[in-house]
Amino acid sequence: MVRFYGVEIRNALLLGTAQYPSPAILAEAIRESGVEVVTVSLRRESGNSRAGEGFWALIRELGAHVLPNTASCYTVKEAVTTAQMAREVFGTAWIKLEVIGNPDTLQPDVFGLVEAARILSKEGFDVFPYTTEDLVVADRLIQVGCEVLMPWGAPIGTGRGINNPYGLRTLRAHFPDVPIVVDAGIGLPSHAAHAMELGCDAVLLNTAVAKAGDPVRMARAFADAVAAGRAAWLSDPIDAGDMAQPSTPVPGKAFLS
Amino acid sequence: MNVSIIGAGVAGLCCASELVDRGISVTVIERSASLGESACSWFAGGMLAPYCESESAEPAVVELSTHSIDWWDRHVSSVCRNGSLVVSAARDQRELRRFARLTREHEQLDGAALGELEPALEGRFEQGLYFPTEAHLDPRGALAELVEHVRAQGGNVRFGEEVTATELLESSDTDLVIDCRGYSARVELNSLRGVKGEMLVLKSDDLALSRPVRLLHPRHPIYLVPRGDGVFMLGATMIENNERNRISTRSMLELLSSVYALHPGFGEAEILETGVDVRPAFPDNLPAVQRRGNIYYLNGLYRHGFLLGPAMAMRIADEITGEQMQSGEIARCG
Repeated sequence: MVRFYGVEIRNALLLGTAQYPSPAILAEAIRESGVEVVTVSLRRESGNSRAGEGFWALIRELGAHVLPNTASCYTVKEAVTTAQMAREVFGTAWIKLEVIGNPDTLQPDVFGLVEAARILSKEGFDVFPYTTEDLVVADRLIQVGCEVLMPWGAPIGTGRGINNPYGLRTLRAHFPDVPIVVDAGIGLPSHAAHAMELGCDAVLLNTAVAKAGDPVRMARAFADAVAAGRAAWLSDPIDAGDMAQPSTPVPGKAFLS
Repeated sequence: MNVSIIGAGVAGLCCASELVDRGISVTVIERSASLGESACSWFAGGMLAPYCESESAEPAVVELSTHSIDWWDRHVSSVCRNGSLVVSAARDQRELRRFARLTREHEQLDGAALGELEPALEGRFEQGLYFPTEAHLDPRGALAELVEHVRAQGGNVRFGEEVTATELLESSDTDLVIDCRGYSARVELNSLRGVKGEMLVLKSDDLALSRPVRLLHPRHPIYLVPRGDGVFMLGATMIENNERNRISTRSMLELLSSVYALHPGFGEAEILETGVDVRPAFPDNLPAVQRRGNIYYLNGLYRHGFLLGPAMAMRIADEITGEQMQSGEIARCG
Protein backbone atom coordinates (compact mmCIF):
# COMPACT_ATOMS: atom_id res chain seq x y z
CA MET A 1 0.00 0.00 0.00
CA VAL A 2 1.19 3.51 -0.80
CA ARG A 3 -0.24 6.87 0.18
CA PHE A 4 -0.22 9.79 -2.27
CA TYR A 5 -1.23 13.07 -0.63
CA GLY A 6 -3.47 11.28 1.85
CA VAL A 7 -5.02 8.89 -0.67
CA GLU A 8 -4.35 5.21 -0.05
CA ILE A 9 -3.54 3.16 -3.12
CA ARG A 10 -3.21 -0.60 -2.89
CA ASN A 11 -2.11 -1.43 -6.41
CA ALA A 12 1.47 -0.24 -6.98
CA LEU A 13 1.01 -0.24 -10.76
CA LEU A 14 0.00 3.08 -12.33
CA LEU A 15 -0.83 3.20 -16.04
CA GLY A 16 -0.76 5.86 -18.71
CA THR A 17 -3.72 6.00 -21.11
CA ALA A 18 -2.10 6.85 -24.45
CA GLN A 19 -1.37 4.70 -27.52
CA TYR A 20 -3.76 1.82 -26.82
CA PRO A 21 -5.43 0.20 -29.84
CA SER A 22 -8.75 1.52 -28.54
CA PRO A 23 -10.32 3.02 -25.41
CA ALA A 24 -12.15 -0.28 -24.95
CA ILE A 25 -8.86 -2.18 -24.71
CA LEU A 26 -7.51 0.46 -22.35
CA ALA A 27 -10.55 0.01 -20.11
CA GLU A 28 -10.13 -3.75 -20.11
CA ALA A 29 -6.43 -3.47 -19.26
CA ILE A 30 -7.25 -1.21 -16.30
CA ARG A 31 -9.99 -3.53 -15.11
CA GLU A 32 -8.00 -6.74 -15.48
CA SER A 33 -4.89 -5.39 -13.73
CA GLY A 34 -6.81 -3.70 -10.92
CA VAL A 35 -5.00 -0.42 -11.55
CA GLU A 36 -6.28 2.40 -9.34
CA VAL A 37 -4.41 5.40 -10.78
CA VAL A 38 -4.25 6.41 -14.44
CA THR A 39 -2.46 9.32 -16.04
CA VAL A 40 -3.84 11.34 -18.91
CA SER A 41 -2.29 14.07 -21.02
CA LEU A 42 -4.01 17.32 -21.87
CA ARG A 43 -1.57 19.63 -23.58
CA ARG A 44 -2.08 18.50 -27.16
CA GLU A 45 -5.51 16.94 -26.72
CA SER A 46 -7.16 20.09 -25.43
CA GLY A 47 -6.54 21.96 -28.67
CA ASN A 48 -7.86 25.52 -28.66
CA SER A 49 -11.10 24.83 -26.88
CA ARG A 50 -10.67 21.85 -24.55
CA ALA A 51 -11.70 19.67 -27.43
CA GLY A 52 -10.58 16.42 -25.79
CA GLU A 53 -13.79 15.98 -23.82
CA GLY A 54 -14.88 12.85 -25.68
CA PHE A 55 -11.78 10.94 -24.61
CA TRP A 56 -11.64 12.51 -21.14
CA ALA A 57 -15.18 11.33 -20.46
CA LEU A 58 -14.05 7.78 -21.22
CA ILE A 59 -11.12 8.23 -18.80
CA ARG A 60 -13.47 9.39 -16.03
CA GLU A 61 -15.67 6.36 -16.65
CA LEU A 62 -12.74 4.06 -15.83
CA GLY A 63 -13.44 4.78 -12.17
CA ALA A 64 -9.72 5.11 -11.34
CA HIS A 65 -8.05 8.10 -9.71
CA VAL A 66 -7.04 10.39 -12.57
CA LEU A 67 -3.55 11.86 -12.47
CA PRO A 68 -3.46 14.45 -15.27
CA ASN A 69 -0.03 15.23 -16.66
CA THR A 70 1.68 18.11 -18.35
CA ALA A 71 3.35 15.98 -21.04
CA SER A 72 4.73 17.98 -23.99
CA CYS A 73 5.31 21.09 -21.89
CA TYR A 74 8.74 22.61 -22.36
CA THR A 75 8.41 25.71 -20.19
CA VAL A 76 7.31 26.48 -16.64
CA LYS A 77 4.51 28.68 -17.93
CA GLU A 78 3.11 25.98 -20.23
CA ALA A 79 3.23 23.41 -17.45
CA VAL A 80 1.50 25.69 -14.94
CA THR A 81 -1.25 26.64 -17.41
CA THR A 82 -1.80 23.00 -18.35
CA ALA A 83 -1.99 22.02 -14.67
CA GLN A 84 -4.59 24.70 -14.01
CA MET A 85 -6.68 23.46 -16.92
CA ALA A 86 -6.31 19.85 -15.74
CA ARG A 87 -7.63 20.78 -12.32
CA GLU A 88 -10.77 22.23 -13.91
CA VAL A 89 -11.25 19.37 -16.37
CA PHE A 90 -10.82 16.53 -13.90
CA GLY A 91 -11.67 18.23 -10.61
CA THR A 92 -8.46 17.03 -8.95
CA ALA A 93 -5.53 18.78 -7.32
CA TRP A 94 -3.23 15.96 -8.45
CA ILE A 95 -0.86 16.83 -11.24
CA LYS A 96 1.98 14.82 -12.72
CA LEU A 97 4.37 17.60 -13.51
CA GLU A 98 6.52 17.21 -16.60
CA VAL A 99 8.75 19.99 -17.82
CA ILE A 100 10.68 18.52 -20.71
CA GLY A 101 14.23 19.72 -21.25
CA ASN A 102 15.38 17.82 -24.31
CA PRO A 103 13.18 16.94 -27.28
CA ASP A 104 15.15 13.83 -28.17
CA THR A 105 15.58 12.13 -24.80
CA LEU A 106 12.49 13.82 -23.30
CA GLN A 107 14.43 14.12 -20.08
CA PRO A 108 13.14 16.55 -17.51
CA ASP A 109 14.36 20.12 -17.27
CA VAL A 110 14.97 19.85 -13.54
CA PHE A 111 15.47 23.59 -13.08
CA GLY A 112 12.11 24.39 -14.65
CA LEU A 113 10.61 21.45 -12.80
CA VAL A 114 11.57 22.80 -9.37
CA GLU A 115 10.27 26.23 -10.29
CA ALA A 116 6.95 24.90 -11.63
CA ALA A 117 6.59 22.64 -8.59
CA ARG A 118 7.08 25.63 -6.31
CA ILE A 119 4.37 27.63 -8.10
CA LEU A 120 1.89 24.78 -8.26
CA SER A 121 2.41 23.68 -4.67
CA LYS A 122 1.68 27.24 -3.53
CA GLU A 123 -1.50 27.15 -5.60
CA GLY A 124 -2.64 24.08 -3.70
CA PHE A 125 -1.73 21.39 -6.23
CA ASP A 126 -0.55 17.95 -5.18
CA VAL A 127 2.50 17.72 -7.38
CA PHE A 128 3.92 14.42 -8.69
CA PRO A 129 7.18 15.61 -10.29
CA TYR A 130 8.67 13.63 -13.19
CA THR A 131 12.37 13.95 -12.40
CA THR A 132 15.71 12.25 -12.80
CA GLU A 133 17.19 10.12 -10.01
CA ASP A 134 19.32 13.09 -8.92
CA LEU A 135 19.36 13.33 -5.14
CA VAL A 136 19.86 17.08 -4.93
CA VAL A 137 17.00 17.79 -7.31
CA ALA A 138 14.79 15.45 -5.29
CA ASP A 139 15.69 17.35 -2.16
CA ARG A 140 14.75 20.67 -3.80
CA LEU A 141 11.45 19.24 -4.99
CA ILE A 142 10.59 18.18 -1.47
CA GLN A 143 11.61 21.58 -0.14
CA VAL A 144 9.17 23.34 -2.48
CA GLY A 145 6.30 21.13 -1.38
CA CYS A 146 6.35 17.84 -3.30
CA GLU A 147 5.30 14.85 -1.22
CA VAL A 148 5.92 12.30 -3.97
CA LEU A 149 8.97 11.73 -6.19
CA MET A 150 8.77 10.31 -9.68
CA PRO A 151 12.27 9.50 -10.91
CA TRP A 152 12.70 8.01 -14.35
CA GLY A 153 13.93 4.47 -14.89
CA ALA A 154 15.14 5.34 -18.40
CA PRO A 155 13.97 7.82 -21.09
CA ILE A 156 10.24 7.70 -21.87
CA GLY A 157 9.21 4.90 -24.21
CA THR A 158 12.65 3.28 -24.47
CA GLY A 159 11.80 0.16 -22.45
CA ARG A 160 15.37 -0.04 -21.20
CA GLY A 161 14.54 -0.73 -17.57
CA ILE A 162 16.31 0.77 -14.57
CA ASN A 163 19.37 2.59 -15.91
CA ASN A 164 20.69 3.62 -12.52
CA PRO A 165 19.75 1.28 -9.66
CA TYR A 166 22.32 2.96 -7.46
CA GLY A 167 20.56 6.31 -7.90
CA LEU A 168 17.18 4.88 -6.94
CA ARG A 169 18.67 3.11 -3.95
CA THR A 170 20.20 6.39 -2.84
CA LEU A 171 16.85 8.17 -3.14
CA ARG A 172 15.19 5.44 -1.11
CA ALA A 173 17.83 5.66 1.61
CA HIS A 174 17.66 9.45 1.85
CA PHE A 175 13.89 9.77 1.71
CA PRO A 176 12.54 6.70 3.49
CA ASP A 177 9.12 8.29 4.03
CA VAL A 178 8.50 9.91 0.63
CA PRO A 179 6.62 7.74 -1.87
CA ILE A 180 8.86 7.01 -4.84
CA VAL A 181 7.24 6.12 -8.14
CA VAL A 182 9.50 4.99 -10.96
CA ASP A 183 8.11 6.66 -14.04
CA ALA A 184 9.22 5.94 -17.59
CA GLY A 185 11.63 3.59 -19.32
CA ILE A 186 10.07 0.35 -18.10
CA GLY A 187 9.84 -2.29 -20.82
CA LEU A 188 9.29 -5.60 -19.05
CA PRO A 189 7.57 -6.82 -15.90
CA SER A 190 11.03 -7.81 -14.62
CA HIS A 191 12.05 -4.12 -14.84
CA ALA A 192 9.03 -3.18 -12.77
CA ALA A 193 9.81 -5.88 -10.23
CA HIS A 194 13.39 -4.60 -10.12
CA ALA A 195 12.21 -1.09 -9.25
CA MET A 196 10.04 -2.47 -6.47
CA GLU A 197 12.83 -4.69 -5.17
CA LEU A 198 14.93 -1.53 -4.81
CA GLY A 199 12.29 -0.28 -2.42
CA CYS A 200 10.32 2.02 -4.70
CA ASP A 201 6.64 2.31 -3.81
CA ALA A 202 5.08 2.16 -7.25
CA VAL A 203 5.76 2.04 -10.97
CA LEU A 204 4.14 4.14 -13.68
CA LEU A 205 4.30 3.03 -17.29
CA ASN A 206 2.41 3.32 -20.54
CA THR A 207 4.14 2.22 -23.74
CA ALA A 208 5.16 -1.24 -22.48
CA VAL A 209 1.49 -2.13 -21.98
CA ALA A 210 -0.19 -0.05 -24.67
CA LYS A 211 2.12 -1.25 -27.45
CA ALA A 212 2.29 -4.89 -26.39
CA GLY A 213 0.66 -7.32 -28.79
CA ASP A 214 -1.82 -8.15 -26.01
CA PRO A 215 -2.10 -5.07 -23.78
CA VAL A 216 -4.61 -6.63 -21.39
CA ARG A 217 -2.46 -9.63 -20.61
CA MET A 218 0.64 -7.45 -20.32
CA ALA A 219 -1.13 -5.16 -17.83
CA ARG A 220 -1.88 -8.19 -15.67
CA ALA A 221 1.75 -9.32 -15.95
CA PHE A 222 2.93 -5.91 -14.73
CA ALA A 223 0.47 -5.92 -11.84
CA ASP A 224 1.78 -9.32 -10.78
CA ALA A 225 5.39 -8.13 -11.14
CA VAL A 226 5.00 -5.04 -8.96
CA ALA A 227 3.24 -7.12 -6.33
CA ALA A 228 6.07 -9.68 -6.41
CA GLY A 229 8.73 -6.96 -6.27
CA ARG A 230 7.02 -5.25 -3.35
CA ALA A 231 6.73 -8.52 -1.43
CA ALA A 232 10.42 -9.19 -2.09
CA TRP A 233 11.43 -5.77 -0.73
CA LEU A 234 9.35 -6.31 2.39
CA SER A 235 10.83 -9.79 2.87
CA ASP A 236 14.43 -8.57 3.31
CA PRO A 237 16.08 -10.33 0.37
CA ILE A 238 19.48 -11.92 0.79
CA ASP A 239 22.56 -10.20 -0.56
CA ALA A 240 24.40 -11.62 -3.54
CA GLY A 241 27.65 -13.36 -2.61
CA ASP A 242 30.62 -15.09 -4.23
CA MET A 243 30.79 -18.28 -2.18
CA ALA A 244 28.35 -21.02 -3.03
CA GLN A 245 26.21 -22.05 -0.07
CA PRO A 246 24.54 -25.44 -0.30
CA SER A 247 21.00 -25.19 0.93
CA THR A 248 21.38 -28.68 2.43
CA PRO A 249 24.47 -29.08 4.66
CA VAL A 250 27.02 -31.39 3.01
CA PRO A 251 28.31 -32.96 6.24
CA GLY A 252 25.85 -35.55 7.40
CA LYS A 253 24.60 -36.35 3.95
CA ALA A 254 24.92 -39.94 2.85
CA PHE A 255 27.50 -39.38 0.13
CA LEU A 256 27.97 -42.93 -1.05
CA SER A 257 24.34 -43.57 -1.88
CA MET B 1 -39.16 0.32 -50.59
CA ASN B 2 -37.73 3.85 -50.44
CA VAL B 3 -34.61 4.37 -48.38
CA SER B 4 -33.23 7.78 -47.47
CA ILE B 5 -29.63 8.14 -46.44
CA ILE B 6 -28.43 11.17 -44.53
CA GLY B 7 -24.81 12.03 -45.19
CA ALA B 8 -22.77 11.74 -48.39
CA GLY B 9 -19.49 10.65 -46.88
CA VAL B 10 -17.98 7.28 -47.59
CA ALA B 11 -20.44 5.47 -45.29
CA GLY B 12 -23.54 7.00 -46.87
CA LEU B 13 -22.33 6.59 -50.43
CA CYS B 14 -21.26 2.96 -49.91
CA CYS B 15 -24.71 2.20 -48.51
CA ALA B 16 -26.41 4.01 -51.37
CA SER B 17 -24.35 2.15 -53.97
CA GLU B 18 -24.94 -1.22 -52.39
CA LEU B 19 -28.67 -0.60 -52.15
CA VAL B 20 -29.12 0.62 -55.71
CA ASP B 21 -27.13 -2.43 -56.81
CA ARG B 22 -29.83 -4.52 -55.17
CA GLY B 23 -32.62 -2.61 -56.87
CA ILE B 24 -33.73 -0.53 -53.91
CA SER B 25 -34.83 3.07 -54.41
CA VAL B 26 -32.40 5.39 -52.65
CA THR B 27 -32.12 9.10 -51.92
CA VAL B 28 -28.96 10.51 -50.36
CA ILE B 29 -29.33 13.86 -48.62
CA GLU B 30 -26.23 15.85 -47.70
CA ARG B 31 -26.32 19.14 -45.84
CA SER B 32 -23.16 20.52 -47.47
CA ALA B 33 -23.48 22.28 -50.78
CA SER B 34 -20.83 20.14 -52.43
CA LEU B 35 -19.28 16.71 -52.16
CA GLY B 36 -16.72 16.32 -49.40
CA GLU B 37 -17.18 19.72 -47.81
CA SER B 38 -17.93 18.30 -44.38
CA ALA B 39 -17.08 14.61 -44.83
CA CYS B 40 -13.99 13.35 -43.04
CA SER B 41 -13.57 10.79 -45.83
CA TRP B 42 -12.57 13.71 -48.04
CA PHE B 43 -9.28 13.73 -46.12
CA ALA B 44 -8.77 9.95 -46.07
CA GLY B 45 -5.65 8.21 -47.23
CA GLY B 46 -7.61 5.72 -49.30
CA MET B 47 -5.44 2.79 -48.31
CA LEU B 48 -7.14 -0.59 -48.60
CA ALA B 49 -4.62 -2.13 -46.25
CA PRO B 50 -6.26 -4.51 -43.80
CA TYR B 51 -3.04 -6.29 -42.83
CA CYS B 52 -1.12 -3.11 -42.12
CA GLU B 53 -4.06 -1.84 -40.11
CA SER B 54 -4.10 -5.00 -38.01
CA GLU B 55 -0.97 -3.68 -36.28
CA SER B 56 -3.32 -1.70 -34.05
CA ALA B 57 -6.83 -2.76 -35.07
CA GLU B 58 -8.98 -5.64 -33.86
CA PRO B 59 -9.01 -8.86 -35.96
CA ALA B 60 -12.56 -7.90 -37.00
CA VAL B 61 -11.08 -5.19 -39.22
CA VAL B 62 -9.27 -7.80 -41.30
CA GLU B 63 -12.33 -10.05 -41.43
CA LEU B 64 -14.62 -7.23 -42.55
CA SER B 65 -12.15 -6.20 -45.25
CA THR B 66 -12.28 -9.48 -47.15
CA HIS B 67 -14.32 -8.19 -50.10
CA SER B 68 -13.42 -4.54 -49.80
CA ILE B 69 -10.87 -4.27 -52.60
CA ASP B 70 -13.10 -6.15 -55.06
CA TRP B 71 -16.11 -4.02 -54.08
CA TRP B 72 -14.22 -0.84 -54.79
CA ASP B 73 -12.84 -2.22 -58.04
CA ARG B 74 -16.40 -2.88 -59.20
CA HIS B 75 -17.51 0.65 -58.38
CA VAL B 76 -14.63 3.04 -59.05
CA SER B 77 -11.76 3.39 -61.48
CA SER B 78 -8.84 4.37 -59.25
CA VAL B 79 -8.20 1.11 -57.39
CA CYS B 80 -4.53 0.26 -57.65
CA ARG B 81 -3.47 -3.21 -56.52
CA ASN B 82 0.21 -2.59 -55.98
CA GLY B 83 0.44 -3.63 -52.36
CA SER B 84 1.91 -1.45 -49.67
CA LEU B 85 5.31 -0.91 -48.17
CA VAL B 86 6.45 -0.36 -44.58
CA VAL B 87 9.88 0.96 -43.66
CA SER B 88 11.65 2.49 -40.69
CA ALA B 89 14.87 4.36 -40.13
CA ALA B 90 17.84 2.24 -39.04
CA ARG B 91 17.58 3.42 -35.45
CA ASP B 92 13.89 2.50 -35.29
CA GLN B 93 14.30 -1.13 -36.36
CA ARG B 94 12.43 -2.29 -33.29
CA GLU B 95 9.33 -0.57 -34.68
CA LEU B 96 9.64 -2.60 -37.88
CA ARG B 97 10.17 -5.85 -35.99
CA ARG B 98 7.11 -5.14 -33.86
CA PHE B 99 5.05 -4.32 -36.94
CA ALA B 100 6.12 -7.59 -38.57
CA ARG B 101 5.18 -9.58 -35.48
CA LEU B 102 1.73 -8.05 -35.23
CA THR B 103 0.76 -8.39 -38.89
CA ARG B 104 0.71 -11.09 -41.54
CA GLU B 105 0.64 -11.50 -45.33
CA HIS B 106 3.89 -9.62 -45.72
CA GLU B 107 7.30 -10.31 -47.20
CA GLN B 108 10.58 -9.14 -45.70
CA LEU B 109 12.56 -7.04 -48.13
CA ASP B 110 16.22 -6.10 -48.04
CA GLY B 111 17.48 -2.79 -49.33
CA ALA B 112 18.01 -4.05 -52.89
CA ALA B 113 14.56 -5.59 -53.20
CA LEU B 114 13.05 -2.45 -51.77
CA GLY B 115 14.86 -0.34 -54.34
CA GLU B 116 13.57 -2.55 -57.13
CA LEU B 117 10.03 -2.12 -55.90
CA GLU B 118 10.26 1.63 -55.33
CA PRO B 119 13.25 3.06 -57.19
CA ALA B 120 12.75 6.43 -55.51
CA LEU B 121 13.64 4.82 -52.18
CA GLU B 122 16.73 3.02 -53.44
CA GLY B 123 19.52 3.16 -50.90
CA ARG B 124 17.36 4.83 -48.26
CA PHE B 125 16.42 1.79 -46.15
CA GLU B 126 18.07 -1.53 -45.39
CA GLN B 127 14.87 -3.37 -44.55
CA GLY B 128 11.19 -3.18 -45.26
CA LEU B 129 7.92 -5.08 -45.26
CA TYR B 130 5.92 -5.58 -48.43
CA PHE B 131 2.20 -6.39 -48.25
CA PRO B 132 1.54 -7.53 -51.84
CA THR B 133 -2.22 -8.10 -51.58
CA GLU B 134 -3.12 -4.61 -50.40
CA ALA B 135 -4.37 -1.77 -52.57
CA HIS B 136 -5.18 1.92 -52.57
CA LEU B 137 -7.54 4.32 -54.29
CA ASP B 138 -8.16 8.03 -54.70
CA PRO B 139 -10.80 8.84 -52.05
CA ARG B 140 -12.13 12.04 -53.61
CA GLY B 141 -12.42 10.54 -57.05
CA ALA B 142 -13.99 7.44 -55.55
CA LEU B 143 -16.67 9.41 -53.69
CA ALA B 144 -17.52 11.31 -56.88
CA GLU B 145 -17.76 8.05 -58.82
CA LEU B 146 -20.11 6.59 -56.22
CA VAL B 147 -22.38 9.62 -56.59
CA GLU B 148 -22.41 9.04 -60.35
CA HIS B 149 -23.05 5.34 -59.86
CA VAL B 150 -26.02 5.95 -57.56
CA ARG B 151 -27.50 8.45 -60.00
CA ALA B 152 -26.91 6.18 -62.97
CA GLN B 153 -28.82 3.42 -61.21
CA GLY B 154 -31.80 5.73 -60.68
CA GLY B 155 -30.98 6.94 -57.17
CA ASN B 156 -30.94 10.55 -56.04
CA VAL B 157 -28.09 12.39 -54.39
CA ARG B 158 -29.02 15.88 -53.18
CA PHE B 159 -26.68 18.45 -51.69
CA GLY B 160 -27.36 21.52 -49.60
CA GLU B 161 -30.37 20.13 -47.69
CA GLU B 162 -30.45 19.66 -43.96
CA VAL B 163 -33.06 17.22 -42.66
CA THR B 164 -33.49 14.96 -39.68
CA ALA B 165 -34.43 11.30 -39.90
CA THR B 166 -37.70 11.98 -38.10
CA GLU B 167 -38.66 14.73 -40.54
CA LEU B 168 -37.97 12.41 -43.45
CA LEU B 169 -40.07 9.61 -42.04
CA GLU B 170 -42.97 11.95 -41.22
CA SER B 171 -43.13 14.05 -44.31
CA SER B 172 -42.03 12.02 -47.28
CA ASP B 173 -42.55 8.61 -48.76
CA THR B 174 -39.43 7.36 -47.00
CA ASP B 175 -39.80 3.91 -45.47
CA LEU B 176 -36.40 3.68 -43.85
CA VAL B 177 -33.63 6.11 -43.00
CA ILE B 178 -29.95 5.28 -42.75
CA ASP B 179 -28.16 7.90 -40.70
CA CYS B 180 -24.56 8.15 -41.90
CA ARG B 181 -23.69 11.56 -40.52
CA GLY B 182 -20.45 10.50 -38.88
CA TYR B 183 -19.37 12.69 -36.00
CA SER B 184 -22.42 14.95 -36.44
CA ALA B 185 -24.57 12.12 -35.02
CA ARG B 186 -22.87 12.31 -31.62
CA VAL B 187 -26.00 13.73 -30.00
CA GLU B 188 -27.93 10.59 -30.91
CA LEU B 189 -24.99 8.21 -30.37
CA ASN B 190 -23.53 9.28 -27.08
CA SER B 191 -20.56 6.90 -26.99
CA LEU B 192 -19.27 8.39 -30.24
CA ARG B 193 -16.12 10.47 -29.97
CA GLY B 194 -13.95 12.31 -32.45
CA VAL B 195 -10.33 11.44 -33.16
CA LYS B 196 -8.62 14.32 -34.87
CA GLY B 197 -6.56 13.69 -37.98
CA GLU B 198 -4.40 16.16 -39.86
CA MET B 199 -2.98 15.69 -43.34
CA LEU B 200 -1.20 17.46 -46.16
CA VAL B 201 -1.25 17.14 -49.91
CA LEU B 202 2.17 17.49 -51.51
CA LYS B 203 3.34 17.73 -55.08
CA SER B 204 6.79 16.60 -56.11
CA ASP B 205 8.04 16.51 -59.66
CA ASP B 206 11.16 14.62 -58.62
CA LEU B 207 9.82 11.61 -56.76
CA ALA B 208 7.41 8.89 -57.77
CA LEU B 209 5.93 6.05 -55.74
CA SER B 210 3.78 3.19 -56.97
CA ARG B 211 2.15 2.30 -53.67
CA PRO B 212 1.50 3.69 -50.18
CA VAL B 213 4.58 3.80 -48.00
CA ARG B 214 4.42 3.84 -44.22
CA LEU B 215 7.37 5.16 -42.29
CA LEU B 216 7.31 3.81 -38.75
CA HIS B 217 8.55 5.98 -35.93
CA PRO B 218 8.09 5.73 -32.16
CA ARG B 219 6.51 9.17 -32.00
CA HIS B 220 5.35 10.29 -35.41
CA PRO B 221 4.67 7.51 -37.88
CA ILE B 222 3.42 8.69 -41.26
CA TYR B 223 2.08 7.29 -44.46
CA LEU B 224 2.41 8.68 -47.92
CA VAL B 225 -0.12 7.69 -50.58
CA PRO B 226 0.59 8.44 -54.24
CA ARG B 227 -2.30 10.05 -56.10
CA GLY B 228 -0.57 10.17 -59.47
CA ASP B 229 0.88 13.16 -61.36
CA GLY B 230 3.38 13.74 -58.56
CA VAL B 231 0.67 14.34 -55.98
CA PHE B 232 0.91 12.65 -52.58
CA MET B 233 -1.33 12.52 -49.57
CA LEU B 234 0.70 12.73 -46.37
CA GLY B 235 -1.02 11.59 -43.19
CA ALA B 236 -2.04 11.48 -40.57
CA THR B 237 -2.05 12.51 -36.95
CA MET B 238 -4.23 10.71 -34.39
CA ILE B 239 -5.19 13.04 -31.58
CA GLU B 240 -7.88 12.31 -29.02
CA ASN B 241 -9.94 15.44 -29.52
CA ASN B 242 -12.71 16.77 -31.72
CA GLU B 243 -11.13 19.83 -33.29
CA ARG B 244 -12.08 20.08 -36.94
CA ASN B 245 -10.84 23.50 -37.79
CA ARG B 246 -7.07 23.78 -37.65
CA ILE B 247 -3.85 21.94 -38.24
CA SER B 248 -1.34 22.75 -35.53
CA THR B 249 2.22 23.85 -36.09
CA ARG B 250 3.47 20.86 -34.17
CA SER B 251 1.50 18.40 -36.28
CA MET B 252 2.65 19.95 -39.52
CA LEU B 253 6.22 20.02 -38.27
CA GLU B 254 6.06 16.34 -37.33
CA LEU B 255 4.41 15.23 -40.57
CA LEU B 256 6.84 17.20 -42.69
CA SER B 257 9.97 16.18 -40.81
CA SER B 258 8.93 12.55 -41.11
CA VAL B 259 8.35 12.79 -44.85
CA TYR B 260 11.69 14.55 -45.15
CA ALA B 261 13.22 11.58 -43.32
CA LEU B 262 11.50 9.23 -45.77
CA HIS B 263 13.24 11.07 -48.59
CA PRO B 264 14.95 14.45 -48.42
CA GLY B 265 13.72 15.07 -51.96
CA PHE B 266 10.35 15.90 -50.44
CA GLY B 267 12.04 18.98 -49.02
CA GLU B 268 11.46 20.55 -52.43
CA ALA B 269 7.85 19.40 -52.75
CA GLU B 270 5.06 21.93 -52.95
CA ILE B 271 2.41 21.96 -50.24
CA LEU B 272 -0.84 21.96 -52.16
CA GLU B 273 -3.18 21.66 -49.24
CA THR B 274 -3.54 21.05 -45.54
CA GLY B 275 -6.56 19.22 -44.18
CA VAL B 276 -8.09 18.40 -40.85
CA ASP B 277 -11.18 16.62 -39.61
CA VAL B 278 -12.24 14.15 -36.94
CA ARG B 279 -12.84 10.46 -37.39
CA PRO B 280 -16.02 9.24 -35.71
CA ALA B 281 -15.20 6.37 -33.36
CA PHE B 282 -16.87 4.19 -30.76
CA PRO B 283 -14.85 3.09 -27.70
CA ASP B 284 -13.70 -0.13 -29.43
CA ASN B 285 -12.76 1.81 -32.58
CA LEU B 286 -14.97 -0.54 -34.60
CA PRO B 287 -18.00 0.41 -36.68
CA ALA B 288 -21.50 -0.47 -35.55
CA VAL B 289 -25.03 -0.44 -36.93
CA GLN B 290 -27.81 0.42 -34.56
CA ARG B 291 -31.50 0.21 -35.33
CA ARG B 292 -34.07 2.47 -33.67
CA GLY B 293 -37.50 2.00 -35.21
CA ASN B 294 -37.17 2.81 -38.89
CA ILE B 295 -33.82 4.48 -38.50
CA TYR B 296 -30.51 2.68 -38.90
CA TYR B 297 -27.44 4.42 -37.56
CA LEU B 298 -24.20 3.42 -39.25
CA ASN B 299 -21.26 5.04 -37.60
CA GLY B 300 -17.85 4.66 -35.94
CA LEU B 301 -15.86 3.84 -39.08
CA TYR B 302 -12.94 5.59 -37.40
CA ARG B 303 -9.89 5.53 -39.69
CA HIS B 304 -11.32 2.70 -41.77
CA GLY B 305 -14.04 4.37 -43.82
CA PHE B 306 -12.87 3.13 -47.21
CA LEU B 307 -11.63 -0.19 -45.88
CA LEU B 308 -14.81 -1.11 -44.00
CA GLY B 309 -17.44 0.99 -45.79
CA PRO B 310 -18.32 -1.80 -48.27
CA ALA B 311 -18.71 -4.49 -45.58
CA MET B 312 -20.91 -2.25 -43.45
CA ALA B 313 -22.98 -1.27 -46.49
CA MET B 314 -23.48 -4.95 -47.38
CA ARG B 315 -24.45 -5.65 -43.82
CA ILE B 316 -27.08 -2.90 -43.81
CA ALA B 317 -28.36 -3.99 -47.20
CA ASP B 318 -28.71 -7.54 -45.87
CA GLU B 319 -30.62 -6.21 -42.89
CA ILE B 320 -32.93 -4.08 -44.96
CA THR B 321 -33.70 -6.79 -47.46
CA GLY B 322 -33.96 -9.46 -44.76
CA GLU B 323 -35.24 -7.35 -41.83
CA GLN B 324 -33.24 -9.40 -39.33
CA MET B 325 -32.47 -6.68 -36.87
CA GLN B 326 -34.85 -5.68 -34.08
CA SER B 327 -35.41 -2.08 -33.07
CA GLY B 328 -33.01 -1.13 -30.30
CA GLU B 329 -30.48 -3.72 -31.39
CA ILE B 330 -26.87 -2.82 -31.96
CA ALA B 331 -24.78 -4.88 -34.33
CA ARG B 332 -21.18 -4.60 -33.26
CA CYS B 333 -18.33 -6.01 -35.19
CA GLY B 334 -15.98 -7.15 -32.45
